[in-house]
Amino acid sequence: MIGLKLSWRYFWHRRISILAVASVALCVFIVVIVMSVMNGLAGDFKEKCHRFVGDCVIRSQSLVGFPYAADFIRELEKQPFVAAASETVQGMGLMTYLGTSFEAGVEYVGIDPQKYSEVTNFAKTLQYHADKPENAFVPPDVPELDGCVLGIDLILLRSDTGEYSPSSRPFLLRVNISGFPLNPKGGFARAGTDTVSSKTFYYSDHIHSGLVRPDGGMVYIPLRQARLLSGMDSPIERSSTIHIRFADGVTAEDGTEKVRQHWREFMQSCRGKPYAEMLDSVGVQTWRQDRREWIAPMDKEKMMLALLFLMLGIVTVFIICVVFYMIIGHKSRDLGILKSVGMSSPSVAAVFLGFAGIVGIVGTILGTASGCLFLWKINDMENWLYNHYGWRVWDRSIYAIDQIPNAVEWSTLMWVAVCAMGACLVGALIPSIQAASKSPVRILQISQI
Amino acid sequence: MGQILQAKNIHKSYRMGKQTLTVLRGVEMSLSEGEFVVIVGSSGSGKSTLLHILGALDKPDKGTIEFNSLRLDQMSSGRLNQFRNRQIGFVFQFYHLLDELNVLENVILPAMIAAGPVTWLGCKKTVRQRAFQLLERIGLAERLKHKPYELSGGERQRAAIARALINQPRLLLADEPTGNLDSKTGYGILDILKELNQQGQTILMVTHDDRIARQAGRIIRLSDGKIVS
Ligand SMILES: Nc1ncnc2c1ncn2[C@@H]1O[C@H](COP(=O)(O)OP(=O)(O)O)[C@@H](O)[C@H]1O
Ligand SMILES: [Mg+2]
Repeated sequence: MIGLKLSWRYFWHRRISILAVASVALCVFIVVIVMSVMNGLAGDFKEKCHRFVGDCVIRSQSLVGFPYAADFIRELEKQPFVAAASETVQGMGLMTYLGTSFEAGVEYVGIDPQKYSEVTNFAKTLQYHADKPENAFVPPDVPELDGCVLGIDLILLRSDTGEYSPSSRPFLLRVNISGFPLNPKGGFARAGTDTVSSKTFYYSDHIHSGLVRPDGGMVYIPLRQARLLSGMDSPIERSSTIHIRFADGVTAEDGTEKVRQHWREFMQSCRGKPYAEMLDSVGVQTWRQDRREWIAPMDKEKMMLALLFLMLGIVTVFIICVVFYMIIGHKSRDLGILKSVGMSSPSVAAVFLGFAGIVGIVGTILGTASGCLFLWKINDMENWLYNHYGWRVWDRSIYAIDQIPNAVEWSTLMWVAVCAMGACLVGALIPSIQAASKSPVRILQISQI
Repeated sequence: MGQILQAKNIHKSYRMGKQTLTVLRGVEMSLSEGEFVVIVGSSGSGKSTLLHILGALDKPDKGTIEFNSLRLDQMSSGRLNQFRNRQIGFVFQFYHLLDELNVLENVILPAMIAAGPVTWLGCKKTVRQRAFQLLERIGLAERLKHKPYELSGGERQRAAIARALINQPRLLLADEPTGNLDSKTGYGILDILKELNQQGQTILMVTHDDRIARQAGRIIRLSDGKIVS
């Protein structure tokens, strides 16, 4: 009772407690902002990856694909835990805009746009055919010919501000894609002048996935054209991947485990069929596993940042420790008085720990509140900086974000608050205990001199 | 009248680096209920040290202290805290009030510590009543809400006396309570102490001022670490 009262009075009467509160608040402020932005970036990125590939991916490790994908999809579609499944054919190609000198190496992806959209968010990332993905490959001016869907960065220019310059719809742009048809053994399917197979498509739409690789280097084309370009049409029809979306309530991990079982049985049943050995190089993975080479660097960055902030936390503990040594140095006479009237050492320590607790609570609240306020206005501030000084934290021509993510997660806040409180108490613990164990006579005698 | 305090063969020395400073070398003294005893001696003769030991604020190196047949030199520190809180009232030369608390809060501080958080709510009213009475008796009734730094030296010392008495201790220990005051104010404090003694309070006071010492019932002289008369 009296302990708490004294803690509270010390807090209000010591100017140095402002310093302690400020250091706690500043730390909390920075950690809240950086963790929220980083969590936002990472979470946003993972969500984009997830929606980009679906819940589960069956992928061949080799460039030549695997056979019987359609059979397995039919089997999957009978399973209640599978909501949709769709195959793709993928290969590397050279892209040229006919009539221009623009050339680029691209990854072409052959899909059935309707089915693929049931598994992934392909349709939602389309510019013109979001409602009718089945027409994604139909050029409006020449509907009888094949169209292609380009990654947005292949067709539109992106400014520093992250906005794409609006352009007239270049529907008459013709895109030539050259691929290298491979036979099931990985050799060139056709020798001589015919080694490369080329195909021309009309631009029919573009996607904006928010992911760097697809937006900057992928071209979607009809499935059968992709088979021709990659050689996966003969002597047996092959595919590169099967993407699967699970029914609601089925987690990616559980669903993938079930798919793995079905896949093992399916491989058994294919034994003896021609080219069945190509199924050996196929893996079944969750979207996280499938996209780990995109996700891992992000997680690593997050980890590094967390480590850096751990150090900041240690500095805070140190500062609080110093502040407390100073405060208790000032208050040593009070310790002697309290003991002379019979207060026990633990109670004396509790007075100072209570003080630390108040500093922690006030600092955490101030830091959290100002951090949230800052996050709330972070995009406005960044825009203001850009408009006045041309300076941006995240160069939009590099980062595939439109805005700095500023959603505050309760769990992050809770963590930061708990850690800040812990840091305060740990920082105050040693000086408090040391002060409380001092002999009162010594203190009173020294302060009499 | 019964004896309340008996100290036998008290030794105390301080180690400062390699040197040992022996302050008390076999002090023998006793105190009866209702007495007003003064310890005199030159500065540095060990008066404060003795008072702290008698008040269980410090431990002797050797010797026994009996307080109402309780052996203070054998008590655990937890029991000693409680003992100090209930049975002893300290008054210091430099008042030693807490700056963060006002006069009333300073006075009831030992009572709050005695009660603990739960029982405090139950006895808060009676304690405050007693604090008002004490402060009235020593003429501080108008200064309840004042902070120590807003008071004069004499007023501070009176507040400190009220604090020492709040738990109705058996023994009041005063270490040069007038040492920091001008003589007029000092005699005012002395009058209060004498009045308290007349009402039955046992008091042991330290001073180096012989004129003040003469006012007491009995004088103990401390010299060379021993009681000389
Ligand atoms: N904690 C201590 N450490 C070392 N020496 C001390 C300590 N306390 C007191 N002394 C010394 O003991 C002697 C007696 O001190 P004290 O009891 O305060 O004398 P008095 O109150 O009679 O003036 C002094 O010389 C003082 O310096
Ligand atoms: Mg002294």
